[in-house]
Amino acid sequence: MSKTIICRCEDVCLADLEEAFKHGRHDLESLKRYTGFSTGFCQGKGCTAHAARFLAALQGGDDMVADPPRVRPLLHPTPAARFAGRDDGGENP
Amino acid sequence: MKDRAELVIIGGGIIGLSLAYHLARMGFHDIVVLEQGYLCFGASGRNGGGVRQQWSTADHIKLARMSVRLFRSLARETGYNIWFRQGGYLFLSRDAESAAALVKNVELQNSLGVSTRQIDVSEARRIVPGLTGKGIAACAYNSTDGVLFPWPAVWGMANTARQLGVEIETFTRVTGIDVHEGRITKVVTSRGAIATGRVVNAAGGWSPQIARLAGCQLPNHPYRHEILVSEPLGPFLDPMLCDLSDGTYFSQTMRGEICGGLSDPEEPSSMSSASSFRFLRRMCRSMTRLMPKLSGVKILRQWAGYYDETPDGNPILGPSKEVEGFIQFNGFGGHGFMLAPAIGKIGAEWLLRQAEHEIFTKYAPDRFGKNPAPKESLVLG
Repeated sequence: MSKTIICRCEDVCLADLEEAFKHGRHDLESLKRYTGFSTGFCQGKGCTAHAARFLAALQGGDDMVADPPRVRPLLHPTPAARFAGRDDGGENP
Repeated sequence: MKDRAELVIIGGGIIGLSLAYHLARMGFHDIVVLEQGYLCFGASGRNGGGVRQQWSTADHIKLARMSVRLFRSLARETGYNIWFRQGGYLFLSRDAESAAALVKNVELQNSLGVSTRQIDVSEARRIVPGLTGKGIAACAYNSTDGVLFPWPAVWGMANTARQLGVEIETFTRVTGIDVHEGRITKVVTSRGAIATGRVVNAAGGWSPQIARLAGCQLPNHPYRHEILVSEPLGPFLDPMLCDLSDGTYFSQTMRGEICGGLSDPEEPSSMSSASSFRFLRRMCRSMTRLMPKLSGVKILRQWAGYYDETPDGNPILGPSKEVEGFIQFNGFGGHGFMLAPAIGKIGAEWLLRQAEHEIFTKYAPDRFGKNPAPKESLVLG
């Protein structure tokens, strides 16, 4: 059986969105928290539009009914040393 | 939405939901919970999930001890896995004054059956490989403290309360509270009005605003508190680390992320939930000072929520003297989530069966200025 992938970082499929919708998650912020889409490495850049489109479809219309979820920093995952002003690198534990 | 209810709870965060959950389990379900956003919109969806029993006042220690016990059975009761991981809490002190306070707190906790231990730096470094021991004067460790994932805890309580007949209305903003001859008569919302004689204000950072709608003044103020998560990593950090010198705390979630924040003494009271570069810089400095091997860990995301602060660091609990039927359950600072199970259970027994409990006298809304409660000093962030 084929799957429609919504979020590659967190492995969220269309079926997961449908399941979440069935459990009463009818807005993007709630769908995001229930399924985890947009909380991975790309921070929602790859998935939010897909999720929004499918939410609109699940709601039975073409228009976006809900507001888009709030975009949170950072734009790109960045090592802590960069912000700490340390250049000693360090490695993942 | 119902137009009449025995009890209206304003705020669909963990405090209001825990109260509704426990009331419903005791057989009382004529309740409407009003949430202005989605579930997890406020501080209950924005905190780091820390649950600790290490406090400086007996009341907080007892409430936290009871909450740990209740959190342990919450997943079974609700069918929602809250990912409660009892990896402990490790407090680190860097100066003589806070070291002395830490020793005193450990004694108080022990006297109340909470098995915190004062440990030396070498033991702390065994518990947390990679921890820098330099500059640390004293450590306190409790292995039964822990972290959980706040979202499923919120959903689990909400779902069970709903199944038991409680109405939870999301995206419903309270716009007015009608008071007639000193008594509450109605709550007006963006989706209609509900006639009621009893209203619980469990609105966290928004609770002073809600109180003003009923003509009451509360002394609490909201403060932005920022937090971050890293990329997910394999498990390597058991306890929540807390550095008392700057209020830094962080642990590893069950998803593998490092999640934490720190105090900012310059943060003014506000309703801002913006993210700042200042926080990123200060937090990354502090966490890499504690564990230099975190330098290469990538920070993924940051956000903010509100601490609902009172003048003495204790919550505001019980009926307001000015308006009959208006009950406060707010002012929990940054630790409402971890105390919510006990507060909900004790609160439900108090509301439903008039079971007296000392927290409703000690933390009464009118205590300020005349009956001050002992200040809780072990507050982070």
